[in-house]
Amino acid sequence: MYRRWLWPGFAFPGVLWLIVLFAVPFYAVIAVAFGTVDPVLLQADPIWNPLNWNAGWILEVLGRLAPGGTFFGVALRTIAYVAIALALSLLIGYPVAYYIARHAGRMKSILLVLIILPLWISYLMRMLAWVNLLASDGYVNRFLTFTHVLSQPRDWLGGQASTVILALVYGYIPYLILPLFAALDRIDQSHLEAARDLGASPWSTFRTVTLPLSKAGILGGAVLITLPMFGDYYTPDIVSGAPRTSMIGNQIDFYFHYGGQPTIGAAITVILAAFLTVLMAYYMWTIHRASREVRTV
Amino acid sequence: MTAVAEARRGELSALYRVRGWLRNPWARPRFLVLVTWSYVLWSLVPVLIAVQFSFNATRSRTEWAGFSARWYWGDPVDSVWHDPTLRHAAIQSLKLAGADVLIATPIGVLLAIGLARWTGWGSRPSNFLMLFPLVTPEIVMGVSLLLIFTQVFTFIGTGTIAQILGHVTFSISYVVVIVRGRLFSIGRQYEEAAADLGASPTVALTRVLLPLLTPAIVASAAVVFAISIDDFVISQWLSSGGATDTVPIRIYSATRAAPLPSTNAIATVMMLFTLLSLVLAFLAWRVFTRGERRARAGQTKDLAVFEL
Repeated sequence: MYRRWLWPGFAFPGVLWLIVLFAVPFYAVIAVAFGTVDPVLLQADPIWNPLNWNAGWILEVLGRLAPGGTFFGVALRTIAYVAIALALSLLIGYPVAYYIARHAGRMKSILLVLIILPLWISYLMRMLAWVNLLASDGYVNRFLTFTHVLSQPRDWLGGQASTVILALVYGYIPYLILPLFAALDRIDQSHLEAARDLGASPWSTFRTVTLPLSKAGILGGAVLITLPMFGDYYTPDIVSGAPRTSMIGNQIDFYFHYGGQPTIGAAITVILAAFLTVLMAYYMWTIHRASREVRTV
Repeated sequence: MTAVAEARRGELSALYRVRGWLRNPWARPRFLVLVTWSYVLWSLVPVLIAVQFSFNATRSRTEWAGFSARWYWGDPVDSVWHDPTLRHAAIQSLKLAGADVLIATPIGVLLAIGLARWTGWGSRPSNFLMLFPLVTPEIVMGVSLLLIFTQVFTFIGTGTIAQILGHVTFSISYVVVIVRGRLFSIGRQYEEAAADLGASPTVALTRVLLPLLTPAIVASAAVVFAISIDDFVISQWLSSGGATDTVPIRIYSATRAAPLPSTNAIATVMMLFTLLSLVLAFLAWRVFTRGERRARAGQTKDLAVFEL
């Protein structure tokens, strides 16, 4: 009933927008990273033709990322922070999602609203909240000195790795709990009953039925929070600000905003994006599959 | 008689529960209850304390000295109302969010319909392209947009226009995902029925499809408003200095210097804007889809939109 060109016509403005302001800009980063630097003005000179690319800056940054290089520590620290924050998030998030999906009963909708709420409170507002709490005379220090856990206030905001990891967990865990909840909520209760009827203990039912069936949610949620954590620079900036807790995102931020060497910044960005490609591809595949399932229902 | 028996049984089961609790306080669900409610408190109480200190009577954000609206409008220099940097930041945030909603929503709605029905050459790569902004770390997008506006589209440069273009770029995909879900759930039968009854394609689109999509359009507009207000990275990378600072950028620079309770106050105001827009959208969704909901299945679907 509709003309054939109508649907591509509908999609056209959006596709054009994303080509001009998403795909081309990303290509610009690659062109700058594979470009040269003006020797007089020290400005980035992008090279648009891939045949003329100059791999010098990419190789330079890769060299610095290798063991012994100046970025090696930062890269290692970034991976360690993300890994610890992810593990903690799963450790806290899984029981929460499990409880809400399986045992919350009448409280289910209220709890759902309460765990969705942080998603709609600005990330910066939530970080500000912790800056207030962790100040030297803040509630956390006062509580800990009052209960004699600490003999004197601790400088939580002066470059502590534990503070940065706590902030990362606090910032990103809501994005993990929702996919976990969705996966656990979808599990058909009759599978669990079948396992119990066949003699499985509660623990082995969990291990052999619930856990494998929630794998998609675990992986999806883990990727969903890992990607932004790898690109994060503002969290360590806000709750620490010290070089000894800086992450790879801080390096990109530094070379663009303070260091005045956008070519190096662009090279780090390209390498980071390449490193994250596998995770991005996996996540896009899950979205794609989910939307296909909806379509066939 | 039965009522009494019921009440008696209720009392008994409560008694058993308490006894079970005393015998083994670590039985599984109890442990889960404890973890869940501790998590909920941990995730929300810090924010509530930050809101509380926005009403503090002194300059301290750590020592409570009594309630006052000083940091909202009372203080002649540093309150949200009188400090020009804070006021400008709030206006800039609202300006970006408003423009983002007005541009991203129509483009996203058209893209959603187009991608859902276009099957010819080019539809797959377009689908693929649409998903990319959802998974790209914001810093990568920030770097890309900064370079394109400083190296190629130099006639735009950085500043408000660039910020709006950037916000629209990351918002379109959210609109597509929300609207597409709705498109799939309503199917094509209503439009086909309209066509059978003699409606032209234009009439079928505007009188049948558009009203059916309205709840998703309203919801996506609210989500776009909220993600634009909350955005920090793109706004910061495309900012051209103090005049284009948004509220998240002010919070960021304030926490690194010496923040006053007025920072908490402006953060609270923006939080209320976001939550209000989402509550309104949720209510609108409920009103528009009245009569469609089939008990619980519909309810979780409603919520799915807000889980994004």
